[in-house]
Amino acid sequence: MTDTIDVIDHLVGITPDTPADALRGRRPITREHAHKSWTALFEPVDASQASRVERFAVATFVAALHADQGIAEFYGNKLAGLENGAVVLATIKALAELNATKGPYGHYPDGPLSAENTDGLILKLGPADRAVLGDRLAAALEHAHLLTYRPRDASPAELQKLLSAGWSTTGTVTLSQLVSFLAFQIRVAAGLRVLAAA
Amino acid sequence: MSDTVIEPAVEYPPVVFTQDKIGWTAWLQPLAEVELTDRHYEALVDKARAKSAYFALLVRDPDILEARTKTDNDIFYNTKDGLPRAERELAATAASRLNGCILCASVHSRFASQYSKREADVQKLLDEGVTADLGDRWNAIVAASVALSATPPAFSADHAKRLRDVGLSDEEISDVVHGAAFFNWANRLMLSIGEPTPAS
Repeated sequence: MTDTIDVIDHLVGITPDTPADALRGRRPITREHAHKSWTALFEPVDASQASRVERFAVATFVAALHADQGIAEFYGNKLAGLENGAVVLATIKALAELNATKGPYGHYPDGPLSAENTDGLILKLGPADRAVLGDRLAAALEHAHLLTYRPRDASPAELQKLLSAGWSTTGTVTLSQLVSFLAFQIRVAAGLRVLAAA
Repeated sequence: MSDTVIEPAVEYPPVVFTQDKIGWTAWLQPLAEVELTDRHYEALVDKARAKSAYFALLVRDPDILEARTKTDNDIFYNTKDGLPRAERELAATAASRLNGCILCASVHSRFASQYSKREADVQKLLDEGVTADLGDRWNAIVAASVALSATPPAFSADHAKRLRDVGLSDEEISDVVHGAAFFNWANRLMLSIGEPTPAS
């Protein structure tokens, strides 16, 4: 399905020959490479550094944190179809419900911008969730929560948590791309929905 | 073996939003030029990027880097029609100011100034933040970019109407949406795998 149907069109519900289709059609390179970004992350040639379950689990979580139920369901359904996916999905849904908030917040480097520092929820998973998810996915979800809501709080220590949980340097790059791509895809969809409804 | 975090201990790090040419240093090991294959160079799109720590780190996953770069280039450089480049850069700067990416904001505020010739207004956005008064048209573009950049996104029909009221077509509003949305990708990447360094 994803080979022939553009994912953003699918998520927004854009059908041929509508005004929203025309808006996307006038930027064919953007449309093509936004879709290729999706396939690079979610139909990877090499999943050795980040598994398919990890990719769809993080995506489901990030979409749910953005309160985009339609997109969360899209990724969640794909997660549920993978081995052990249904169990992971149930945990992720519960975690997203408990830990959804509003961003961006976080801290600036010490200096004049410190006056703009704002605090908010910092996700720390407990032992029960860790037992279901495993150390790698638990660390990935904590990092995804940080990147989604408080990207300016990122630090070497936060990356160290991923490496300590078993993520490689390359896997960490892929994970960072995936969470960041979702922030883009969800916002393009949100913008196009408003324009499509006009 | 390369799987260790780098703690660069930057002296005099940039601590304010600026249009100066500041730098960036990685927290994870970029690929060295001798490690790069043809596939890596293809994914870098522009070969000169092999010298950039940021792109040499991202190229560890070549498929997503290549698709991301081509998306980026079309959203910002394809100006044969639609929103002027200056205002695409304004959307990028507004998103970066809100999310707090000092380096992203420096690069794209410089572009916004270069293409608009409104350096003082761009500086006002950096100094005062996303509620700075920049005139009706820019205020509408900044407000829409900021609303879209909130998590969850808060971009609504009211933002689109305000943009139409200052003269933007739906095609141009779509360019604002893509410019701001793309920087929610760029800001998170740049903030999370390294940090800014002072102007040399």
